[in-house]
Amino acid sequence: MRRNPLDLVRARPEPGFEFSFDGEPVPALPGQTVAAALWQADRLAWRRTRVGDRPRGAFCGMGSCYDCLVELDGVPNVRACLAPVLPGAEVRTQRGDGHDELR
Amino acid sequence: MTNSAETHELYDLAVIGAGPAGLAGAAAAAERGLRVALLDSAPQPGGQFYRQPAAAFRAARPQVLHHHWAEFRRLLTRVENAEADFLADHHVWSVVRESGAWIVRSLTGPDQRQARSLTARQILFATGAHERQLPFPGWTLPGVVGAGGAQAMLKAGLVLPGRRVVVAGSGPLLLAVASSLVKAGARVPLVAEAAGYLGYARGARTLAANPGKLVEGAQHGAVLLRHGVRLGPRTAVVAAHGTDRVEAVTLARLDATWRPLPGTERRIACDAVAVGHGLVPQLELPLELGCATERLPDGSAALVVDAAQRTTVPGVWAAGESTGIGGVQLAIVEGELAGRALAGETTAPASLLRRRTRLRAFAALMAARHAPGSGWPEWLEDATEVCRCEEVTAGQVREAVTELGAADQRTVKLLTRAGMGWCQARMCGPAVARLCGAADDGAPTRPLSTPVPLGLLAESTTAPSSQGAPR
Repeated sequence: MRRNPLDLVRARPEPGFEFSFDGEPVPALPGQTVAAALWQADRLAWRRTRVGDRPRGAFCGMGSCYDCLVELDGVPNVRACLAPVLPGAEVRTQRGDGHDELR
Repeated sequence: MTNSAETHELYDLAVIGAGPAGLAGAAAAAERGLRVALLDSAPQPGGQFYRQPAAAFRAARPQVLHHHWAEFRRLLTRVENAEADFLADHHVWSVVRESGAWIVRSLTGPDQRQARSLTARQILFATGAHERQLPFPGWTLPGVVGAGGAQAMLKAGLVLPGRRVVVAGSGPLLLAVASSLVKAGARVPLVAEAAGYLGYARGARTLAANPGKLVEGAQHGAVLLRHGVRLGPRTAVVAAHGTDRVEAVTLARLDATWRPLPGTERRIACDAVAVGHGLVPQLELPLELGCATERLPDGSAALVVDAAQRTTVPGVWAAGESTGIGGVQLAIVEGELAGRALAGETTAPASLLRRRTRLRAFAALMAARHAPGSGWPEWLEDATEVCRCEEVTAGQVREAVTELGAADQRTVKLLTRAGMGWCQARMCGPAVARLCGAADDGAPTRPLSTPVPLGLLAESTTAPSSQGAPR
């Protein structure tokens, strides 16, 4: 068994919880961002691009690139790498510019 | 919804950015009696370098993913003891001059929708840097992430992008990232470094004057050796493969200009790539104020500062990566010098000045050795996306340059939309500038440093100034 990041820093995380991603339950730990929780669950993509409908996820990891935009509790264009994930959060893949319903 | 709260708290100094330079600047100034506000977009101080797990992780030893951790703890204690106000979660979007003082406007709260402004007599920019990216086929696939991004997600979120991670690009950060990744349990089959490490030999004297840097490099080297990580100098990831996520990369040997050598391509399997080609100073706010920049050996634009860390605009100071990429120790020294001078000290300790000179020489050596090679555009195919936001391809950019006569980044942007999206060319700017024939990263001017709700712009009585270069 290889080491994992939590063991490395001797984390004793507070109890985990679930949120939903495109309707499916995903586990998370308090203190994680939406992007970190999705990476932990081996999900790397949560946006489809406007022009080519291509999958995207976190890239710069620090709020600069906006590639990780996601729909969080009904609000589009939230940076998943900055937004903390909370119990019961509803996270959805963002399609296009996140305002398709306005068309 | 936007709640605008115009407060009129008056500070002697607003420090923008709470990384190593900002912490040192705030501490030094506050210790000498200035009333200091220290603003940062993150929930915790430390900047990108000292990013740490959220408190809820209760990490007993966050320092294992860090160098110079004791220095960070000392800086935090100093800032706290000197009673500088740390304003977390403050995304500063505008700094303007009004009746002899600076108004600093931020967005705060969940989703950054609450407005807050404060007034300060002087400004210290310690805005840090972001990663320089050079596109290659497949770089938009999920699983291909910034090297700094992988590091940031690991330090703060304690997560990895994959189990088998190829680290690629150029610059000393790659070794630090690879070393963190393997310590945290990832396998790193290779660090592909586009430049050659042999070039360091030409800077032997500079290296010898910076034993701390050598020790740090040796520590990373030891970790990499222990985990069987190979270093591939003059090697690049020239393509990433996969459909919905990265599954493999093609590596190629490079010539001295970073042009791939035909016949040297080989494919290796991986489930993530951490890539970056050095760092570029983050200068939106100081450029809006008209602070002068200079071009460094790696092609990046950095703020011009005098011996006391003053920019060319009166009342505006800068320290750390915004004055040129130089690493954590230089950032701390510059912040310290700026804070002392801001508080009115006219003579700086000679030891600090010597240290700055020595560390800057080291930074110049790194910048020269890892400057992007002129041959990198040969990694691109016409279908390779250069601008990730607007999905503009290398073919479209080349057409704008060769067929439509675009001679600069700005014209390419108007013709193709490259650089017009959410990130405002933070990711594609250096690449587009070079595709236009420039030997540098181009001018990183952006009227707003972070997206701002329109209602808030309408409410603000003073429009952002536009004294920066034309955009």
